[in-house]
Amino acid sequence: MNKRVLMKGNEVIAEAAIQAGCKAFFGYPITPQNEIPEYMSAHIERRNGIFVQAESEVAAINMCYGAAATGARVMTGSSSPGMALKQEGISYMSGADLPVLMVNVSRCGPGLGGILPAQGDYFMATRGGGNGDYRTPVFAPAYIQECSDLVFHSFDIAEKYRTPVMILLDGMLGQMMEPVEIRPTPPIEADKSWVADGNTDKRPPNIVNSLSLLGDVLEQQNLKRFEKYAEIERTECMVENTVKDGDEIAVVAYGVPARIVQNAIEELSAEGIRAGLIRPITLWPFPYDVFKSLPASVKYILVAELSMGQMVEDVKLGVNGKYPVHFYGRCGGMVFDPSEIADKVREIIKGGAQ
Amino acid sequence: MATKVIYEKSRGLKDNPLTYCPGCSHGTIHKLVAESLVELDVLERTIAVAPVGCSVLAYNYFNCDGIQAAHGRAPAVATGIKRVCPDKIVFAYQGDGDLASIGTAEIIHAAHRGENFTVIFVNNAIYGMTGGQMAPTTLINQKTTTSPYGRFEETTGKPLLVSEMLATIPGAAYIERVSVHDHAHILKAKRAIKKAFKYQVEGKGFCMVEVLAACPIGWNVSPVDSMKFVRDQMMPYYPLGVYKDKEGVQ
Repeated sequence: MNKRVLMKGNEVIAEAAIQAGCKAFFGYPITPQNEIPEYMSAHIERRNGIFVQAESEVAAINMCYGAAATGARVMTGSSSPGMALKQEGISYMSGADLPVLMVNVSRCGPGLGGILPAQGDYFMATRGGGNGDYRTPVFAPAYIQECSDLVFHSFDIAEKYRTPVMILLDGMLGQMMEPVEIRPTPPIEADKSWVADGNTDKRPPNIVNSLSLLGDVLEQQNLKRFEKYAEIERTECMVENTVKDGDEIAVVAYGVPARIVQNAIEELSAEGIRAGLIRPITLWPFPYDVFKSLPASVKYILVAELSMGQMVEDVKLGVNGKYPVHFYGRCGGMVFDPSEIADKVREIIKGGAQ
Repeated sequence: MATKVIYEKSRGLKDNPLTYCPGCSHGTIHKLVAESLVELDVLERTIAVAPVGCSVLAYNYFNCDGIQAAHGRAPAVATGIKRVCPDKIVFAYQGDGDLASIGTAEIIHAAHRGENFTVIFVNNAIYGMTGGQMAPTTLINQKTTTSPYGRFEETTGKPLLVSEMLATIPGAAYIERVSVHDHAHILKAKRAIKKAFKYQVEGKGFCMVEVLAACPIGWNVSPVDSMKFVRDQMMPYYPLGVYKDKEGVQ
């Protein structure tokens, strides 16, 4: 049994992955995720796993592609500009239906940007930067305990649905320490009849492939993949919703910023302003339905992000015009205080500028 | 009356009809690879990697597990496969646009790490699948659809000598350049390809065989003339031979 220990977010993710049966890690150095490959290099090979520091992010994701095609549990980690480089591989893995866990310990951008925390990768994570029609399940932990729990869950989701899966956090969560108990769950028993692991003495050859030159064939393959995505949307959505009857405003935030919002909500509560938190844990599938059943007392929605406004578009899709949707964001690595969120809530309730 | 079989298609190849162009060398090279895998008795534990290019459809022809890779990334994909399946035989089958242009980082670092897999590098001095564009391996003055007046050294450099370059990397165990333009050279190419797989079976490290190949459609010449082009134009610039053999250096 694991004890409750004080650990850094990035190291927790690496340790949880090893305990989840991750067979191979392929990565490339980039701040602020370096503790993941560093931890892996120190620990995974001693526990019968593989660590390769690739020559590039592009190579790392393609190593994941190859290893995953043989049925192994595999993982890569990176940060924003590195994740941008991996988009080719993510598209190919989606097209070839390969389960891989990718961790993006994001930083601020665009371009080289900086290494401070930001949430500007929401579009890249949920809409994808790669070519073609595909979706990527994205999990956004707000606590280090949740980082650990979601590693086990993400591997299972990846294998259950044969899809690449992303855990998206920011450098704040990756770099800070919190008490955590790594709680392993047994891996799901996924169908592995498709793997190309060089055992054709026992079965006909298997092909792992995203190429399909005939339009009608490729359309059918895509439709089948979207049935899988529809099933994920129906069954795998995760959200923390603390909005109660009597709350006037619902504040939507994900990741560590949701914890800052929680502090703001407590500050407002002391002065009689009632607010609740909606924290999407899956960014895709996005919990659109949560906005359909809010208490009648809710009059406003505020979205708080460390970006110029990305998740706010999903919130507007969920709200569908039912409530006014306000936005408060900081970017460039600047992180809002609880007081900034509280001020914004006071301004909205007073009927100030949107 | 009893019949005696003196030649048959290797069981290393499936029965699917090849979709390569008339006169293309891929069919010959596929045969040599398939025969080598069967003769070494490793076909059933082999995983082929076919990246973007004419040979992207190789998984339809080799009678073993197949994994299609992104353009140039076959050595990275093969690294992932071989590291988690070290007892399997893994090979990447790459063209010159794939290996010598978009995939230079991946091939150099696979050799650099001494990855224990085999690369078959088919060099026909052109991008075949996309319709005959200039490659890093295109000869000086050779006309292609993106060098319509011929390749100029001043602006596009000299053809890239991949075998010579990779031979300088300590992690490379065996590098040889061969040709398949006539029967004698096909037999030599077979020996090289088989050796590159044998070395992998023995765990010797990174092996690559560069095969000079004809692309009559891309070059816009007849199949017969394409073989002469390999012999008279390519071979003088791309000398055949063993560029690295760890076994040969004691």
